[in-house]
Amino acid sequence: MPSPAIEASGLRRIFRSRRGPVEAVAGVDLRVEAGEVFGFLGPNGAGKTTTLRMLATLLPPTGGAAAVAGCDLRRDARRVRERVGYVGQRTGSDPSVTGRAELVFQGRLYGLGRDAAMRRAAELLAALELEACADRPSASYSGGQRRRLDVALGLVHRPGLLFLDEPTTGLDPQGRARLWDEVRRLRDEGTTIFLTTHYLDEADALCDRVAIIDHGRIVAEDTPDGLKRQVAGDVVRLGVAGDPGAALGLLSSQPFVREAQAEPGGVRLAVDRGEEALPAILRLLDGAALELRSIALSRPSLDDVFLRQTGRSLREEGAA
Amino acid sequence: MKLLRDTWLVFARHMAITARNPAWVVIGLVQPVLYLLLFAPLLKAVASVRGFPAGGAYNVFVPGLLIQLGLFGAAFVGFSLIAELRLGVVERLRVTPVSRLALLLGRALRDVVNLLVTSILLILLSVPFGLVLHPLGLAVILALQALIGLLFASLSYALALWLQSEDAFAPLLTTVTLPLLLLSGVLLPLSLAPAWLRAVAAANPLAYAVDAARAVFNDHLGDPSVGKGVAIMAVLAAAAVVTAARAFSRAAA
Repeated sequence: MPSPAIEASGLRRIFRSRRGPVEAVAGVDLRVEAGEVFGFLGPNGAGKTTTLRMLATLLPPTGGAAAVAGCDLRRDARRVRERVGYVGQRTGSDPSVTGRAELVFQGRLYGLGRDAAMRRAAELLAALELEACADRPSASYSGGQRRRLDVALGLVHRPGLLFLDEPTTGLDPQGRARLWDEVRRLRDEGTTIFLTTHYLDEADALCDRVAIIDHGRIVAEDTPDGLKRQVAGDVVRLGVAGDPGAALGLLSSQPFVREAQAEPGGVRLAVDRGEEALPAILRLLDGAALELRSIALSRPSLDDVFLRQTGRSLREEGAA
Repeated sequence: MKLLRDTWLVFARHMAITARNPAWVVIGLVQPVLYLLLFAPLLKAVASVRGFPAGGAYNVFVPGLLIQLGLFGAAFVGFSLIAELRLGVVERLRVTPVSRLALLLGRALRDVVNLLVTSILLILLSVPFGLVLHPLGLAVILALQALIGLLFASLSYALALWLQSEDAFAPLLTTVTLPLLLLSGVLLPLSLAPAWLRAVAAANPLAYAVDAARAVFNDHLGDPSVGKGVAIMAVLAAAAVVTAARAFSRAAA
């Protein structure tokens, strides 16, 4: 079994402020396997970025230990830097410098010779579809182009582990889709990706596993589907003719039903696996000669998970 | 060697950025030239006053003007770094294995080169006014100027990294640079000053740089004040470089 890309235990960071110490990250344990896309989800100020910055050697931890890309974060920050790529929340490029010049400079900082850095820059410009604007200062780039340049800068040295801090914030839908494709392509090439986001659909679409962080602690960690199942399973809403009491009585005793309640004109059921429950429900109602008027299956979203874990809706946080 | 290579890479990058806007080097000359044209003539009348150093108004004033150029040319370079901090450029560079000392030195050496170019231009412009300087003297003056540039550019970068905000940086700079300037004898020699003012100025390292520069321009290369001024600037520049490089490795933004 390959060693994990990230293994952190008890990672803490305390900031000093005028109103006393603030514990931004309060003991985070993490294990990110090589080759997976790991999502770090949380409201603003939850400690996502602080954790990421510690793992990327930008911020010394106040406490705890971590091995990143196989190297000790505290003792061997230099080797961690050689092995990881980092794309921050803000752009990392100087607006007066061309994309190509930035990439060549970045390559040379990682030890590439002049020609090798030029070749690598050309490769990345092609891979990220930046050739058309490569020789213009990045001040003239669109938001999506600038973001792709940032990603290219993080990939110059072919890191095995890439950190992406809110990679799609502020991008238009096209730009987001384009970047998602890029993340998937990188994953297919074997790159481990650790990303933070406050878009639940992004975590759902991209991540193999997701951790939810709130107030500096991880409050949930699983696959996106696993997290959703933790909430209360799927919800089935039935519309029945006449008194819903009979249907309620019949269904609430079934083993696959976790929760059942009557609502005007029908019944609301929480079940483990909606797609398997539907045929059973139909058979039961048919057998009891109860008339079904409508049936709807809804799956919990990561937002429901988030709401349950943190007591807040992430959508409201994200919009704020 | 990695430090040298990294320093060269950072220096070349910033030199290229400067080269795209060479106007700034000329704009940096405007203020000293205005002093040369509009202020130095006043000194001609004062030069005969008791206490005014020998050597003629321009050989007394231009050295001071050069040090002033060194102070103001370098002390404000931190503004560009604050902009880069805000954009995330510094963060991106800090994630690479680049030497933190090179991040500082590459930039500061670019500033030193800019400063030396403007200093040479200013010296050349002063020649028609009657300034006299020998080649060896010129070399010593440029070496002194390079140390002053390194000192104040490094301090400026360190402050920029600590404060990370133009709103805090600008007033602090003005508050620090003005007394440094007034207490250095740049505008008028401190030999004209009352004893208490001279005592205060003795605590200002820049005053020693001005003394050294004046001795060089008066053809007293062997004067002890020359070695003293250069040594003080060298020690302070080294301390400032170390401080600023540490600020680079700890930058929180």
